[in-house]
Amino acid sequence: MKHFTYLKNVSTLNLDQGACIGCGRCIEVCPHSVFRPSGKKVAVQSRDLCMECGACARNCPSAAVRVSAGVGCASGLITEWLSEIRFFRGTRSGGC
Amino acid sequence: MPGFTGWLDTPAGRVARIGSTLRLRDHFGAWKARWGIGRMSYLVPPGLYAIGEPRPEDPVVVTANYKMSFDIVRQALAGRRLWLLVLETHGINVWCAAGKGTFGTDELVGRIQATRLPEVVNHRRLILPVLGAPGVAAHLVKAQTGFTVRYATARAADLPTYLDAGMVASAQMREPTFTFRERLVLIPVELVGAIPLVLAISVVLFLAAAFGTGVFTPSAGWTAVTAFFGAVAAGVVATPLLLPWLPSRSFAVKGAFAGLIWSFLLYLLLDGASWDSTTTLAAFFCIPAVSAFYALNFTGCTPFTSISGVKKEMRISIPAMAAAVAVGALSWLTDTVIKLLS
Repeated sequence: MKHFTYLKNVSTLNLDQGACIGCGRCIEVCPHSVFRPSGKKVAVQSRDLCMECGACARNCPSAAVRVSAGVGCASGLITEWLSEIRFFRGTRSGGC
Repeated sequence: MPGFTGWLDTPAGRVARIGSTLRLRDHFGAWKARWGIGRMSYLVPPGLYAIGEPRPEDPVVVTANYKMSFDIVRQALAGRRLWLLVLETHGINVWCAAGKGTFGTDELVGRIQATRLPEVVNHRRLILPVLGAPGVAAHLVKAQTGFTVRYATARAADLPTYLDAGMVASAQMREPTFTFRERLVLIPVELVGAIPLVLAISVVLFLAAAFGTGVFTPSAGWTAVTAFFGAVAAGVVATPLLLPWLPSRSFAVKGAFAGLIWSFLLYLLLDGASWDSTTTLAAFFCIPAVSAFYALNFTGCTPFTSISGVKKEMRISIPAMAAAVAVGALSWLTDTVIKLLS
């Protein structure tokens, strides 16, 4: 994935190091190696690679990681917006 | 049942044994799903399956009930003894189902209970695909069932290496790839999905261009439709294939760039120097806007775009696309009205 990096400075990822217990689950689940071990805790090493999938936050037993998770899919968002308009209600997503 | 080879008796009842060899029918089914044919009903029943002759101490691998996922996993595990726990994701792959939450904690916990897995195996370990992690909270699964979740690899093909290495995944094995081939196979379903809107716009475009001169000129209509098809192809086909080489991190910009190349090609092929200003404006404003729109739609197919990034792109690029199309359409409208009046 070295060739692929998305927009900079957009990720909502937030790690509360005070709450981190250093279990390393976030390192294990992150597909883009956003985290690294830092002493007995974990640190964010490459925030711009975060795709906000939410795996780290969901698997953090101490709720130290927070991220506004979702799927980075424009057609999904367009479908969502259209379904909010009465006329298009009932429009289904692409089934991804 | 795909790959069914017989039954295996366990303390929790009989379990279907499945083979690891994909047949012609499986390959044809995958091909059809890639083209969007029956894709939403391409699934296998959820539950517990046996690969080889698994014993109580053998590992349990968890996957989704999208048949293509099921097939890829069982093929990757050829020649091994394993339990395969298939979750009900309604025929959706692991990554997308995890995003929606159907490949999730509740389904996993429920499926462990429904299959009476604790009676079948004598250990308490589950192997999950790493791309399933957005839906599953490992600590909650542990608390509710006693099973420890280990997140393995992104690709099923790396599972044998992972298992042989004593269940250790390198960073490389956890990272999804997005090779030329992996991008190529996604294009058919995107093309099929684009058909209804593209056809509707083509009809309007054909009539507008053919009647725009005041006299019905089918050739003008076909030219406009060809230009439009090319703009769609630049976004749906060229942008995904050329993704690493197109400039910018933004998909809309990448698409606009691919569209602009098509505008220049048309200019060269169709003697652009002889075009009137309206045609030139339409070619260089509308085409990149259309390509950018379709390129932006590809964000959902990639394993590296974030929702915050996509929202940011949309906030900036959609008004820009609308403005570009408006420039082309307004200039055409003005031109046509002038022609018809004179």
